[in-house]
Amino acid sequence: MTRNARRRLVSRVMTAATVVAALLALLPLFMIFADLVAKGASSINWHFFVQDPPPPSETGGGVRNAIVGTLIIVGLGSGIGLPIGILAGVYLAEYGAYTRLGDVIRFLADVMNGAPSIIIGIFAWTWLVRPMNGFSALAGAVALAILMIPMVTRTTEEMVRLVPNSLREAALALGYPRWRTALSVVVRTAWPGIVTGGLVGVARIAGETAPLLFTALGSLNFSTSLTGPMETLSLQIYSYAISPFEAWHRLAWGAALVLMALVLIFGMLARLVTRTRFRDA
Amino acid sequence: MPDAPVIRLRTEGLTARFGDKIAVQDATLAFRSNTLTAIIGPSGCGKSTFLRCLNRLHELARGASVSGRVLLDDRDIYAPGVNPVMIRARIGMVFQHPNPFPTMSIYHNVVAGLRVHRRISRADRDAAVERALRAAALWDDVKDRLHGNPLALSGGQQQRLCIARTIAPEPEVILLDEPTSALDPGATQSIEELVQELKKEFTVVMVTHNMQQAARVSDRTAFFYLGQLVEEAETRTLFTAPREQRTESYITGRFG
Repeated sequence: MTRNARRRLVSRVMTAATVVAALLALLPLFMIFADLVAKGASSINWHFFVQDPPPPSETGGGVRNAIVGTLIIVGLGSGIGLPIGILAGVYLAEYGAYTRLGDVIRFLADVMNGAPSIIIGIFAWTWLVRPMNGFSALAGAVALAILMIPMVTRTTEEMVRLVPNSLREAALALGYPRWRTALSVVVRTAWPGIVTGGLVGVARIAGETAPLLFTALGSLNFSTSLTGPMETLSLQIYSYAISPFEAWHRLAWGAALVLMALVLIFGMLARLVTRTRFRDA
Repeated sequence: MPDAPVIRLRTEGLTARFGDKIAVQDATLAFRSNTLTAIIGPSGCGKSTFLRCLNRLHELARGASVSGRVLLDDRDIYAPGVNPVMIRARIGMVFQHPNPFPTMSIYHNVVAGLRVHRRISRADRDAAVERALRAAALWDDVKDRLHGNPLALSGGQQQRLCIARTIAPEPEVILLDEPTSALDPGATQSIEELVQELKKEFTVVMVTHNMQQAARVSDRTAFFYLGQLVEEAETRTLFTAPREQRTESYITGRFG
């Protein structure tokens, strides 16, 4: 075999290996989705969205309370977590690059990123649920916000750092103050990436269960009160899946499918909204 | 004797450092109005650093510091209490690589500097955009796609857009940092012609690593070597009868 032929062979083998690896990585995703559709689609109908859960012995009913609860808790959690995370990320990239404070924040964010989410639930229970004398949706939202802030901070920082320095210099040379350079040029240029990072954070907390067990607790009833227990899709999947009732198992599958779909739809919507006109040259 | 030249920008004993390393040492140089002064010298001679001291951009680099004076209309821009942001609004700069803002349209790139420090009516803005784009010889190319993507323009057009963005707020001085080194010969020629026009209105300072370019377009030339200003003279004089041995060695190609 000539050297050239051997090179081509090695190249082909390695290319094939990367394709196989990519397919293997995607396989579980497809299997999960297929499984969810197969087992959950049958329980999804109009009642599923507009009715609350039935008593254990009855069939029918829906997960309206969990859908609304998820929207409230994830919405509130993101409302707290996204602004803090994004601003902290901008600070780290634009102002805290070589400062002691920046290094400390970056280190803490990395540690927090690795913290098990159940620890954050216990933390929220200690500092919110106990002082407030009760489980609450608010405590759940705060726990989720704490979970998402370090993730969003670090991805925002990475995205902001990708903005070429020449754009900062162009703005500064025009007489832009530093803060305005950061906001109207740097953040604006990095925005699609920041949004993507934020979305990953939202999707991540939408599926979190552990921190909510100690905070929002879950509920069989429809509730919009932030100071009382509230159901979410993830909590419902957990409690219904381990219940002994067949009807609840089916609801759990349906809830899992809805949760996946929610995350997916939300992700696509946000992508659409932030698609700027001048991204692709 | 002709009238004494008008000097609006000059440096006195300007020294620029990166940490302990001296990049520019004790440079004293005056720039005449409506004159194109070229700054030449081998790579690493401090010419770009010197230029970046003139609009207080150098000090933003990590560990960078400046001493000495830079006088704009006889006032030291490094004096305590002077806001560098306001200085940069008066001294425009064009960079080596075209750097239009990718998230803004062509139109909004041109008005970017106009809107920072003052409110400006829609009509005035439109007029300023047309004026700046015409002055940058880009108007005919882009007048039908003012709200289009600046990155869809060619490299030379992008650089002219950056020049339009720089002159739109009507600065007093324009600094050009190797403005053609990333461009092809055709685009280079058009930028050189444009730069000749700019000096009719502005004080223009251009750093270039290309001696032929300096000889072609500039009125006066300053030669930097190892962080020092070796000599400054009328361009023809500097290239034909330099005072300093180092200048002669450089322009005859013995180093650099």
